[in-house]
Amino acid sequence: MSDAPMNEGRPPRANLSVPHADALDKAADVEGRSLWQDAFRRLQANRAAMISAIVLIVMAFVCFVGPVLVPWSYEEIDWDILEAAPPNFDTGHYLGTDSLGRDLLARILQGGQVSFLVGILATSVALVIGVTVGATAGFMGGRVDQVLMRFVDVMYAVPLMFFIIILMVVFGRNFYLMFLAIGFVEWLTMSRIVRGQTLTLKNKEFIEAARASGGSTISIIARHIIPNVLGVVIVYVTLTIPQVILLESFLSFLGLGVQPPMTSWGALIAEGAQEMEITPRTLVLPAVCLSTTLFCFNFLGDGLRDALDPKDR
Amino acid sequence: MSDPFLQVRDLKVHFPVRTGGLFVGQYSPLKAVDGVTFDLNPGETLGVVGESGCGKSTLGRAVLQLVGATDGVVSWLGTDLTSLNKKELIAARENLQIVFQDPLASLDPRMTAGDIIAEPLRNYRPTLTKADRRKMVEDMMERVGLLPRMINRYPHEFSGGQCQRIGIARAMILRPRLVICDEPVSALDVSIQAQVVNLLMDLQRDFGLALLFISHDLAIVRHISHRVLVLYLGKVMELADKAALYATPRHPYTQALLSAVPIPDPTKERNKDRVLLTGDLPSPLDPPSGCVFRTRCPRASSVCAETTPMLESAGEGQAVACHHWRD
Repeated sequence: MSDAPMNEGRPPRANLSVPHADALDKAADVEGRSLWQDAFRRLQANRAAMISAIVLIVMAFVCFVGPVLVPWSYEEIDWDILEAAPPNFDTGHYLGTDSLGRDLLARILQGGQVSFLVGILATSVALVIGVTVGATAGFMGGRVDQVLMRFVDVMYAVPLMFFIIILMVVFGRNFYLMFLAIGFVEWLTMSRIVRGQTLTLKNKEFIEAARASGGSTISIIARHIIPNVLGVVIVYVTLTIPQVILLESFLSFLGLGVQPPMTSWGALIAEGAQEMEITPRTLVLPAVCLSTTLFCFNFLGDGLRDALDPKDR
Repeated sequence: MSDPFLQVRDLKVHFPVRTGGLFVGQYSPLKAVDGVTFDLNPGETLGVVGESGCGKSTLGRAVLQLVGATDGVVSWLGTDLTSLNKKELIAARENLQIVFQDPLASLDPRMTAGDIIAEPLRNYRPTLTKADRRKMVEDMMERVGLLPRMINRYPHEFSGGQCQRIGIARAMILRPRLVICDEPVSALDVSIQAQVVNLLMDLQRDFGLALLFISHDLAIVRHISHRVLVLYLGKVMELADKAALYATPRHPYTQALLSAVPIPDPTKERNKDRVLLTGDLPSPLDPPSGCVFRTRCPRASSVCAETTPMLESAGEGQAVACHHWRD
């Protein structure tokens, strides 16, 4: 864009009398594209990320809507079978049954619900705590920063499994407690990232400019810090979700996760692993679902990181 | 010359710098600005010059209280800004604005040009309707030479010169009475520099602004300023009317600065007398005793190491801090 027309100190709108002036004006009236819109366009150009996003949406949709359409529920035992039966369309077990005669498809869908819920809820817990602590520490600096970050150091040093097992023992095995427990562990890195971002932003000139134009601390955080931190946070969130799903699967595998008859992909894999020599299906199917989801989240996170990288501006 | 407009008295800004200590830090003060005194009159431009790291920008920020002053008084229309609490300070800043050095860095990348320019309005005139605000922003954009239809563009879609115009529009929208220009043109290329400087001068004339114009470019300072303040290591070396300073620089440091400006004539340039300075700027953590300039001064003598020279009058509208200015 040339500087030339601006230098006359007035817009050419008044000077133009040629018939094309209107068309020209309209063409130039195009809205500016924000960095978000730019990033979204870059993301759209990234085929792997877009396919991943679509696959994830489809999978989540199927997991939450599918159980309505499946003839069996996840906890219902088919008393005519009572063993791991191969797929059979007549009985309505499209993917067969598990060793207790429960419909495998229904269980995989239900497991998917749990995995997605854990992924999203636990990450939200991590997000809220992490962003609050990180932004406070970064913006306030000084002693507040020291205390909060040393606390994070201490938390890092606590063995994760140990922490979760103690929580489970003390509070009992509660479905929602698991979200909290995982979230409490995952917020540490988030807070570090947000703090670092806030620190670099805090000394940017536009923050100083905002202060000079009369902004209070709260309005500066809301108007300038948070929108600018968000890019990095979103990327980290998409990369945290698969970690959390994996962690939940691991917990369920160890028997610390969801309670039967409820299940999750991790629990299904654990059950399937016991019978993998007889019916590999019960292991392979949930495992495929889990790995596909993790892959997609990672690809999407990668794509987002590329799209939002401020150096690409 | 009626009421005191802006009075800065013995302003000091010291930053604690950790110089040692394992667990309990040992801090020594970095004297970025050390005892600066000057007045600014309504509608006047005071140029502040000096080499990198001499405290020019810190001085500008301290006047606005964007960095806290360690000591001294910044008196704005009779009120001492250093004594105000947060709320009063925000209220006082309505008349004090700043234009930054790096045009792009001073604009929030996630906001449109319109939102950026309107931000002071949102803070200080919350009762304005959206349409009024937009109208004011568009008028201001036109005034600083931006097309009003670019109101929805984002900073990265503008050139450096246009970004600086946005910065200027943001500073001017409240019609402040004093604008600190912190090297507003040093990040721009020469042809744009002239336009931006002329724009600032136009705005100053139209709005009756006072400018504190910080720069290391002596030619631009000469073009825009009425008076010039020469800083060295946080201290005032010379404060003089523009004509006096450029015609008869009294302080050896000012002389050295001026002689370093190239003359666009090869013959003259080759034959001119240069006052060459040796060495680097001393560390502001450990400034020389007495006159801070003595380590590089061609005229330094024993008295310079012992007593700090005071700013004394050296003729009409000229003050200099040197023991040897009469020599």
